[in-house]
Amino acid sequence: MTDRVIAADDLTKSFGTFLAVGGVTFDVAPGEVVGLLGANGAGKTTTIRMLTGLMAPTSGRAEILGGPPSREARRHLGYVPQGLGLYRDLTVSQNLAFSAGAYGVPISNLPRDLASESDRPVGQISLGLQRQLAFAVALQHQPSVLILDEPTSGVGPLGAARLWERIRDEAGRGAAVLVSTHSMDEALECDRLLMMSMGTIVASGTEEDIVDGTIAVRIGTQNWQAAFDVLSDAGFLVMLDGTSVRVVDEDADRIRELLADVIDGPLQIDVEAATIDERMAVLSRSV
Amino acid sequence: MTFGMERVSVRLGNVAALEDVSFEAAPGSVTAIIGADGAGKSTLLRCLAGLVEPDEGIVVRPHKQDLGYLPTGLGSWKSLTVDQNIAFVGGAYGLSGQALVDAAEPLLEHAGLTGVGDRLAGQLSGGMRTKLGFCLAMLHVPELVVLDEPTTGVDPVSRVELWRMISDAVASGTSVVMATSYMDEAERAASVVLLDRGRAILTGSPAMLLSNLDGSIVMTSQPANRERAWRSGSRWREWVPAASDLTRPTDAQPVQPDLRDVSIVAALRAADHVGGPR
Repeated sequence: MTDRVIAADDLTKSFGTFLAVGGVTFDVAPGEVVGLLGANGAGKTTTIRMLTGLMAPTSGRAEILGGPPSREARRHLGYVPQGLGLYRDLTVSQNLAFSAGAYGVPISNLPRDLASESDRPVGQISLGLQRQLAFAVALQHQPSVLILDEPTSGVGPLGAARLWERIRDEAGRGAAVLVSTHSMDEALECDRLLMMSMGTIVASGTEEDIVDGTIAVRIGTQNWQAAFDVLSDAGFLVMLDGTSVRVVDEDADRIRELLADVIDGPLQIDVEAATIDERMAVLSRSV
Repeated sequence: MTFGMERVSVRLGNVAALEDVSFEAAPGSVTAIIGADGAGKSTLLRCLAGLVEPDEGIVVRPHKQDLGYLPTGLGSWKSLTVDQNIAFVGGAYGLSGQALVDAAEPLLEHAGLTGVGDRLAGQLSGGMRTKLGFCLAMLHVPELVVLDEPTTGVDPVSRVELWRMISDAVASGTSVVMATSYMDEAERAASVVLLDRGRAILTGSPAMLLSNLDGSIVMTSQPANRERAWRSGSRWREWVPAASDLTRPTDAQPVQPDLRDVSIVAALRAADHVGGPR
């Protein structure tokens, strides 16, 4: 079996003169969970459409299990879109039976929480249960490739933790998992991250690799309102963090200097790593 | 003035949408409302904004003229231009002419929305429309602004910008009460309310919630109790309650708990899946 269960080779898609994806190369190995990050319009969805065979690339190659994402290859693909892709008028068990029929596999058992809801139309059950069902539907043919779009959105912290257990079980079985997400909570569950911006991959690796040394300065003072105003007027990317003020990608000494005149009393200045979101905001400011 | 709720219950038909919920939102602070979809976040916010009457309890809110509300979705009229949206909402609060310009300009500038006044709101990106909605909710400089998941589905860059705008409002003394689906945002709030099936199962500042955790959180490859454990990357995190008769996993490695950990622990206890000490 190939080590590149999901592979993009110089994958490119343009719409007229607009380059949506411009030469993206990456792969996902069996058992690996890779997170795909990026702002809206960065090219994540277009990349996924090409990998799932829903859209032909302009140039380059998208591969699933070592070949093009043909109908045959797609039998090994499990996909949970953001809208979940369930039939809301069908019951829980009908949804499961329909997809089992489509793939020609036996109907799997309902997850424990869904068992008592099996005869209810999907539109009438809670979103958390709908997500569990969407997972059950996407996983019952034991796909080798799993593509998930914001898989835990809207389910709360415990619900999200339980869904991640499910995702990790699939990876443990050997599935290659690609998770497209806006959520840092989800990003930090992945083994490896890819960050897209304007159609290309601009950073990859761990959280640390993505943040790439960008710092945030946390300022603790009794008079945080005054500190906030001064730093905001200086044009810095400044945010509230509890009752501290947080400034991204600026020099701590410069900040101390600016605050010296306005803040009496103790001033606590700590330098820490920026978050992934902050790093992305910095990147977009410099464009 | 401190706004909030005291022992509020709301029934919608036969469903108890909120049950015995209390919290305080101090001036110049952010209160984050978290929990799963259907846990009661929107009902709480609508009740705080005066759109739903409580069946029991007391809601403390400012006069309507001093309250801003941004519902889920985008909070603007997509067939109106940005300027028309501003004029329409401003008019509702008696703002027009120079007063309206003075109120709108700094907000629009921080939102990165200057120069798009004649664009239809419906043609803005999701992030830009959310920021426009926030501007509209803030136009009359309310004492309390209530935001229903303003950042859900908004891309990270717009989210950082929106948080900066919220910070700005807070710095000038506004109380912000917002629902969010992102833990990192909740961690930056002054206080947090975690809702679970209509009940507030955690209330307080993130620092206080962390220090009040019963027991500890450990990292392990082999959890001693699967019900109390959840995945963290390829390993597990496990809650070990303080009671001494509970076994710890053999390779237990204590970690600094975060807000997500204490929220999961609270949800586990609420679900009564585990017989942790009460």
